[in-house]
Amino acid sequence: MYGNDFGAPSDDPGREATTQVLDVFDELLAGDGRVEPRDAMPEAYRKTLIRQIAQHAHSEIIGMQPEGNWISRAPSLRRKAILMAKVQDEAGHGLYLYAAAETLGVDRADLLDQLHSGRQKYSSIFNYPTLSWADVGAIGWLVDGAAIVNQVPLCRCSYGPYARAMVRVCKEESFHQRQGFEILHTLSHGTPAQRAMAQDAVDRYWLPSLMMFGPPDDDSPNSAQSMAWGIKRFSNDDLRQRFVDMTVPQAEALGLTLPDDGIAWSEQRGHYDYSPIDFTELFEVIKGNGPCNEQRMAHRTGAHSDGAWVREAATAYAAKAAARVSAA
Amino acid sequence: MSDWPLWEVFVRARRGLSHVHAGSLHAPDAEMALRNARDLYTRRQEGVSVWVVPAAQITASSPDERDAFFDPAADKVYRHPTFYDVPEGVQHL
Ligand SMILES: [Fe+2]
Ligand SMILES: [Fe+2]
Repeated sequence: MYGNDFGAPSDDPGREATTQVLDVFDELLAGDGRVEPRDAMPEAYRKTLIRQIAQHAHSEIIGMQPEGNWISRAPSLRRKAILMAKVQDEAGHGLYLYAAAETLGVDRADLLDQLHSGRQKYSSIFNYPTLSWADVGAIGWLVDGAAIVNQVPLCRCSYGPYARAMVRVCKEESFHQRQGFEILHTLSHGTPAQRAMAQDAVDRYWLPSLMMFGPPDDDSPNSAQSMAWGIKRFSNDDLRQRFVDMTVPQAEALGLTLPDDGIAWSEQRGHYDYSPIDFTELFEVIKGNGPCNEQRMAHRTGAHSDGAWVREAATAYAAKAAARVSAA
Repeated sequence: MSDWPLWEVFVRARRGLSHVHAGSLHAPDAEMALRNARDLYTRRQEGVSVWVVPAAQITASSPDERDAFFDPAADKVYRHPTFYDVPEGVQHL
């Protein structure tokens, strides 16, 4: 998941299935087995998954906007083709995930309604603007990089359809991260102005990327239950640390710095230290006060209503074609 | 507006392999379902052939009666070659 699945659950339905059925469920989880769509499961497990998968799906499609912003201004045909392929992948990720959510008995159309009405969230990382071409590089390298760290363990999630969707997503993500790294590498070895542009992008995207893993463990109320259910495999702080450890040497290879003087290798921990994060900003962005929240939602609902005629035309065409077949 | 019908997508990765379930999607008709399936599940040449099947047309066994349904096969170990004793030294059997 993209990191900020920690709001209060929308409702708390409790366990509704019979104890005997739930014994089967518990046994399955104890043996690291996979839960499949029509299996009996606790209602709270189902609701948690719906909320998480929907939020993940919403993040994928909203995530098309910051990068889509640069498709028409990509600096070469090569970069433009790559960026279009990446943004198209993100649409695909959204669709895999909506399909996975639907196996739990919800409709995609309803989930979209909930996104549009603000009842369901998407990752706050996409509420930051893409001010320069280098931001496309920083997003690929840092944002997709953080997403990969979050998503790889989800390939072993206890819910089969979610895990299978994540396998597909993870296969596609590594190109996303590499193309971003390549953009930054090219810029950081270019003119002083290009180098400065790359550094500025990294400076702005570093902290928001770290916040993608969610609040610290002791402030993450739903984590323990998600771990017990095998939905989440590692804590927010463990994943964040893994990301920092991966990224620091990559920044050195880029010849760019990360905007934190506290980053230093700790011999004793065997990890890179980094400065404590002030999460006030994250909570503000989630509340809707980020730089682009309104713009992202306006674009999404606008695209949905602008596309209505296409959906209606396709439905009408299908009905007409079906009528022709039954008349023949 | 309610969503288009759901289709299950099956992809043959290579000649010589059978079609395998890849996922699902919504589309107004079979032709659009095929095109969407191509765009969604074979962007990296993952397939040489695609089937789309209306999800509503699939009849499935129920997980609740899993045990009862598959029980008849449970006590027929003699269907497996490992059930049989083969004398020492006998080959190609
Ligand atoms: Fe993605
Ligand atoms: Fe991505």
